Amino acid sequence: MSPGFLYFLETVLNGLMTGVMYSLVALGFVLIFKASGIFNFAQGVMALFAALTLVGLQTGQVPFSHLINAIFGTEFHHFGWTLPAFVAVVGTLVVMVAFAYLFEKLVLKHLVNQEPIILFMATIGLAYFLEGFGDLMWGADIKALDIGIPSGGSFWLEDVTREWATEGSDYFGMYIDKLDVVAALVAVALVLVLTLFSQYTATGRALRAVADDHQAAMSVGISLRNIWVIVWSIAGFVALVAGIMWGAKSGVQFSLSLIALKALPVLILGGFTSIPGAIVGGLIIGVGEKLAELYVGPFVGGAIENWFAYVVALVFLLFRPQGLFGEKIIERV
Amino acid sequence: MTDAALAKNEAETILSVSNIEVIYNHVILVLKGVSLSVPRGGIVALLGANGAGKTTTLKAISNLLRAERGEVTKGSIEFDGERIESSSPSDLVRRGCIQVMEGRHCFGHLTIEENLMTGAFTRRDGAANVRRDLEMVYDYFPRLKERRGSMAGYTSGGEQQMTAIGRALMSRPKMVLLDEPSMGLAPQLVEEIFEIVKKLNEEQGVSLLLAEQNTNIALRYAKYGYILESGRVVMDGEAKSLRENEDVKEFYLGIGGEGRRSFKNVKHYKRRKRWLA
Repeated sequence: MSPGFLYFLETVLNGLMTGVMYSLVALGFVLIFKASGIFNFAQGVMALFAALTLVGLQTGQVPFSHLINAIFGTEFHHFGWTLPAFVAVVGTLVVMVAFAYLFEKLVLKHLVNQEPIILFMATIGLAYFLEGFGDLMWGADIKALDIGIPSGGSFWLEDVTREWATEGSDYFGMYIDKLDVVAALVAVALVLVLTLFSQYTATGRALRAVADDHQAAMSVGISLRNIWVIVWSIAGFVALVAGIMWGAKSGVQFSLSLIALKALPVLILGGFTSIPGAIVGGLIIGVGEKLAELYVGPFVGGAIENWFAYVVALVFLLFRPQGLFGEKIIERV
Repeated sequence: MTDAALAKNEAETILSVSNIEVIYNHVILVLKGVSLSVPRGGIVALLGANGAGKTTTLKAISNLLRAERGEVTKGSIEFDGERIESSSPSDLVRRGCIQVMEGRHCFGHLTIEENLMTGAFTRRDGAANVRRDLEMVYDYFPRLKERRGSMAGYTSGGEQQMTAIGRALMSRPKMVLLDEPSMGLAPQLVEEIFEIVKKLNEEQGVSLLLAEQNTNIALRYAKYGYILESGRVVMDGEAKSLRENEDVKEFYLGIGGEGRRSFKNVKHYKRRKRWLA
């Protein structure tokens, strides 16, 4: 095989992997949007908060240590333990569920039957609150997240692919980060589980019913408040997964919350209401921006990766606003 | 009444609403003291023009009112011997009182069968029983069985109305609050749906409170009727006597008593005879 083709293949594969990472974030948006019609502005911050909590629990940080020390004049930062990764993940999950419960209890409950825009504003408020709360709880320094996911390139893959290249070329072998492969597998598993859950369980059916018609769902005895807690818990879980993957890739810090911005074009492409759409949208954006960078980038001075996704989204908004897989707008009386 | 008579009366009345007042958004007074009762196993019609308060009365009973910022501020509602003004809708469904909302409100992106299954959401008596009831619903509405796999949003108005009623049945209700089942349907279909409702009442013993604008058909199937006008009950009685009442004929059934009159006279007559108690 010619090195050119191998480069192409490597770029596509890396694009797919990056795309999966986008999809992970987009999934959280889709879940909440489907079930409650709320565009959850705080999804990115939720991922950040989940990652912060995970690192904090794992390394035995004392929550609110700065606050406590400032008030009581103590010097108390660490419990002095290190939790196994699995325990820390479960602990974080508990925190995210508690967070969902509190958010419903304190905010959503009072906004039943309000305009979507008001609920949207509430999530903006939530984003800022959670950002500050996360800092206060765990500190604002940049942290490394390591729960034992393999990362770095694979020598085996590099050796194998070097063999494929034509004799005498300087192709060094394919570089694919193991972390990305793990992320892809996790995403596939996540989508599978979510789809099975929403298609084949009574709770999943109730979630879809609520998404279709709040009032009718209430009339058959589905409690909106319970459903909202469930939805936000699942979104918290997805945020945790996204937080783990992105945190392991690029460290846990404020900019982690900005990954939500990349999820936006993914959603517009895939459709706000489709779980498969979030995945396929992510893949297309991922591959598209990498290929554009490789082949078009040199002619325009690079940095296409930064805006490519948004241009694609714009084109979709013009020609197919419901996205590739968005729910067909059923119109009949 | 003696104690024994009172107890007997309670056993025979499944729903009694006494003198309720409903206010929306803290300011808009919609019901100004509505009282009615439904005997166990009976069909009672709630009649009246647009905006008379029929839907609000049903929603006050099923407590869907609160989600629309409405509130029962006075009076009491008793279902099956217990006060229910502060029960949540899901609690009421569990106890056996369910509303079929006006305009069908099917879950458009769910299949017919999934729609029906959502009705069993509050049930905890096992999949086998739910399965059996699903077959029962299909027996009453054979048309739904044919279309069980289609998305509800793509089915016809009649099929959606059947789905909505079937969905309510899946909760094993003692009482169904049926809001305007005839809305937007062809007369023949309305007849078909009322026949099925009557069969359900007779065979399953489901009590029904039926809000209808179509006074004619409602009084043919109900045993008793209440007429609402701007938030008050202005008249009630056996369906038969209501059907023969001159005023009901004039205003709700559209049958003039003394032949044709000029429009001017009719309006004058109406104004004079307005029953505002």
